[in-house]
Amino acid sequence: MMMFGSIGFAVPWLLVALIVLPILWIILRAMPPAPVLRRFPGVALLLGLQDDESQTATTPWWLLALRTLAVAAAIIGFAGPVLNPEQRETGRGPLLIVLDGTWADARDWTTRMDHLETVLTDAQRAQRPVAIEVLSDVSTAPVFVSASEWQTRQTGLRPNAWGVSNDVVEWAQMLEGSFDTYWMSSGVAFDEQAELTEAFQSYGELVVFDSGSPLYGLRPAEIDGGRLTLRAQRLHPVDGATIQVAGYGADPSGVERALVSANVDFADGESAGEVSIFVQPELRNRITRFAIVGETSAASVSLSDDALKRREVALIAGQSAREGLELLSPLHYLRQALEPTVDLLEVDFDDMILANPDAIVMADVARIFDDEAVQLIDWVEKGGILVRFAGPRLAASDEGRAGEHPLMPVRLRQGGRSIGGAMSWGAPKSLRMFPENSPFFGLSVAQDVTVSSQVMAQPDPNLSERVIASLDDGTPLVTRKIVGDGAVILFHVTANAEWSTLPLSGLFVQMLDRLAISSGSVDVTAEDMIGTTWIPVRVIDAFGRLQTDVDNIGIDGTLLADGVPSSELVPAVYQNGERQVAVNVISEDFDLRPAVWPANIRLVGPTAPAERDLKGLLLLAALMLLAIDAIASLWIGGRLARGVVAAFAVGLVLSQMPTEATAQSGADQFALNAANELVLGYVVTGDTELDEISQAGLLGLSQTLRLRTSIEPSNPVGVNLENDELAFFPFLYWPVSPEQSIPSSAAYAKLNRYLRSGGMIMFDTRDGHVSGFGGGSSAAKKLQSLAAPLDIPPLEPVPEDHVLTRAFYLLQDFPGRHVGADVWVEAAPEGADQIEGIPFRNLNDGVTPIVIGGNDWAGAWAVLPNGQRMFPVGRGYAGERQREFARRFGVNLIMHVLTGNYKSDQIHVPALLERLGQ
Amino acid sequence: MRAQAEILSAPLPPLLAQADNLANTVLWGDHGRRRAGIGDTFWQFRAAQQGDDARMIDWRRSARSNTQFVQDKEWQIAQTVQLWVDRGASMQFASSKDTPTKVERAKLLTLALSILLLRAGERVGLTGLDLPARGGIGQINHMADVLAKSVDADYAAPDHGGLVSHSRAVFMSDCLGNFDEISKALTKAADRGVKGMLLQILDPAEEQFPFSGRTRFQSMGGSIEHETLHAGELKDRYIDRLAARRDQLETLTRATGWQFSSHHTGNPAIASLLWLYSGLENANQ
Repeated sequence: MMMFGSIGFAVPWLLVALIVLPILWIILRAMPPAPVLRRFPGVALLLGLQDDESQTATTPWWLLALRTLAVAAAIIGFAGPVLNPEQRETGRGPLLIVLDGTWADARDWTTRMDHLETVLTDAQRAQRPVAIEVLSDVSTAPVFVSASEWQTRQTGLRPNAWGVSNDVVEWAQMLEGSFDTYWMSSGVAFDEQAELTEAFQSYGELVVFDSGSPLYGLRPAEIDGGRLTLRAQRLHPVDGATIQVAGYGADPSGVERALVSANVDFADGESAGEVSIFVQPELRNRITRFAIVGETSAASVSLSDDALKRREVALIAGQSAREGLELLSPLHYLRQALEPTVDLLEVDFDDMILANPDAIVMADVARIFDDEAVQLIDWVEKGGILVRFAGPRLAASDEGRAGEHPLMPVRLRQGGRSIGGAMSWGAPKSLRMFPENSPFFGLSVAQDVTVSSQVMAQPDPNLSERVIASLDDGTPLVTRKIVGDGAVILFHVTANAEWSTLPLSGLFVQMLDRLAISSGSVDVTAEDMIGTTWIPVRVIDAFGRLQTDVDNIGIDGTLLADGVPSSELVPAVYQNGERQVAVNVISEDFDLRPAVWPANIRLVGPTAPAERDLKGLLLLAALMLLAIDAIASLWIGGRLARGVVAAFAVGLVLSQMPTEATAQSGADQFALNAANELVLGYVVTGDTELDEISQAGLLGLSQTLRLRTSIEPSNPVGVNLENDELAFFPFLYWPVSPEQSIPSSAAYAKLNRYLRSGGMIMFDTRDGHVSGFGGGSSAAKKLQSLAAPLDIPPLEPVPEDHVLTRAFYLLQDFPGRHVGADVWVEAAPEGADQIEGIPFRNLNDGVTPIVIGGNDWAGAWAVLPNGQRMFPVGRGYAGERQREFARRFGVNLIMHVLTGNYKSDQIHVPALLERLGQ
Repeated sequence: MRAQAEILSAPLPPLLAQADNLANTVLWGDHGRRRAGIGDTFWQFRAAQQGDDARMIDWRRSARSNTQFVQDKEWQIAQTVQLWVDRGASMQFASSKDTPTKVERAKLLTLALSILLLRAGERVGLTGLDLPARGGIGQINHMADVLAKSVDADYAAPDHGGLVSHSRAVFMSDCLGNFDEISKALTKAADRGVKGMLLQILDPAEEQFPFSGRTRFQSMGGSIEHETLHAGELKDRYIDRLAARRDQLETLTRATGWQFSSHHTGNPAIASLLWLYSGLENANQ
């Protein structure tokens, strides 16, 4: 190879061709560009016009230079220039190449393999027999074969996710013969390093390769209070650096993604850095591993186990019906009792199941939707504890009556019982001592705890074994059923103080503690571990990637106690029953130290600039110059239309600019329309005629509202239950026709969420003229099947004092196109007493989630676009009066939806009394 | 023969339809001669003069007064308009795909103008002996047939043969050919008392000369060539020459009592059609 400065040429004689360049210059100079032939009628006028003499007919100099440069680049390129060619010296005799093959190698494995290839190539040239050994997995004596043999096997080499084997020194001392050793070290110090060095030196010359590339390690995350501390360390503490650490886990849709991220700063010369961040408990419990972003080594990944978790309890109430009444809230006492010791989750069902809480407490939830039930059962079987409380809804529902419900420990009797009330015999009952088989055994029964109402268990053969607490008359108070690894527990009273005083007593807290709640972290000590078998569930390889296809062979628990990864104990999360233990490459007390080598060893490193082949670059340059030349020639010849140049330039600019996504998706547009103004919604049934009536009816109602009240809705919107978001609509009108299809279960889940979060649905069977509500008409039957999966509270016909009768107008009946059919709303809670002298009870409830009737209100409200009524109502003046009352009912309804119990408030009583004439 | 004729006539219906469309856009109101003469429509009553035939007296009007009245009809004498379209090779030029060739535009204008004139009852024909002037809308088809034939010469000379004395004439050409030919044709026409209109049809490229670089310009038929190293340098001088040619034409038309205008194929045809039509109207009065 011939050298010019730092550039060498593989085929230097080809450079002779550069001599032709001046000749080329002369030849090109003599040849002007070929003219373009243009057909042009105006040529008649051009005849006799002479070119300006000062213009030369030759090629412009810069075009010449361009072409000459292109040819020169091609010639030099083919001569094979190499920047900084490596001057290798080759030895004699067998060569043992030793790789660490640990997780530390993984960070620059490809460069390592490239380097190994050059070493092998050199050995091949020198015809030295070669053996390759990996220190993390030494077993046999090295076998020296030709280097080309190893070149084929090289792709099979992989780093292991653990460190150097324990018996590596013995192995090195057992070797025979004499050979040179080329040790490709990972740069991380380990205990046996000095002995190993001596052992290798005893066989021949030792050359050590140390890539010196940076390596970051992440320690297991620690929790202190609500804060998460992430500690990282690095191998070569030089200048300050910042790395990004992210925690990965499943997001609500189940997709693995970075849930948290934080930057860890290293000061100049510091090898350790840390950051402390606050992470939401939900997020924290979902995190399965932390990793340094952009690093590919097992050291940069820290799997997380139970130590990171705090017990999570999810709370669900059937419906927050009585907003603002904190002390009556079904969840209030639960919150108070649980808050100090656990993380409470009050989220959507979907999110809740994803968060996989340790326990779920349901206060008076009667209907569990089928999809949800399946997920819940699955979750219980995997060890979840489901605690349910009774309540009016559960008492009123038929859940667990006909047969044992999988999510109910016992069968229940129809209704409940009330003791100690005005109309019943006997005093409120107190508790019996807890039996020995009960988890509550040993708690002292407070005598002030009394129960006045409860749901009753149906006597069954297995009832007695499921009772874990009972009243002093023997009726069950708490029952439990073991399902799979988990349990379903039912308190036969409410979670608030309505039915019993239990939630008010300290016993309540103790009982909850006994049932579910203790700290989750596993203490790994050797004694604990004897005889246990642990199964790896999430295994990472040396590159820090999660392995999916591993054999889940259990390991002995005693290995775990040691905690240092080896070929038997691969880095992974190990599971035994409920408990999880993570084994990480970087444990709490592991320090990354750079390897230190004795002075008498020759060190090879990446300090020398890497060899770089310039051939490709130069040929590319030649090609580009020729491309420019082509464009320039066209331009000189006038054949390049200006438009083409402009398009080319614009294309270039555009390709540099990031394209901005401005289009909004249809769903966003729908949400914007519905959320910008108040919009009344109707359920699209698929029956075109019916949907048109709904649209026209709600349009008529919107116009009435706009004219008469301060509610100013914009045009009504049809809502597709399957696709559209319901949260924007305070009110949904749902006409029932026998032909419409039943929504999917996902749509029902959405509807139930909508009802729970305060929405209102008005079902209209539109058959008030032929049947009262509840009759056997086809629409009524359809309504039953439509509403069956909905979480509907107990209903009653609108009582005289319901707030619907006075939300805006004073009304007593609610006609639509038909008159007289009952209108049903959520039943008033028990115990709503009429106060002396006031014509209505202090119901003080929230908005009824459901209104059911059959008076075809939309038909009465409906207007055509030209303002005409769509349908006649009744006959003559009486009919118009009926229509007016239909409109008034609509106004009252929307008022009720939007203002809730406002008109029920006692402060308005005097004014209302005056108007009522009393 | 038949096949050739079919091929030739294929582009005609669209052209005719286009011409018809174009003509329809011009029909605005009354096209009477606005003077008394021979015709069908009532023009005015006037007092009978000596020499008026007794049968010309309008008795119904005369009975209401003491004098005799004669009913004048609006003058509806048919004019003869003869058209000439330059069908030389130079007219086949179009600078881009979006603009029509000059000859297409010329034919379109010719046919549209003919439709208008024929509807107004005039007699229309082509100069030369190909198509003598005749009335009736059927003339359009004959005219379209004749116009479909092209001429091989690079620059066609105006055909001033067969011009009827004191008729009207319309010449359409790019006027890039020999000026003497045009001059001769117009002078001959003027000699016969023919007044007319000369429309110069040019392509935008011929007006702007958007060329640069080394170029060999060739006429459409290939008979004339000019080579230049820097076409861009010629632009100003070319435009000057074009303006000079236009001056010459204007001078010539003024001297012969003709009218002159330019039309660009890049612009809509309607403006020039209006110019042509209203020019003929005015000349008639």
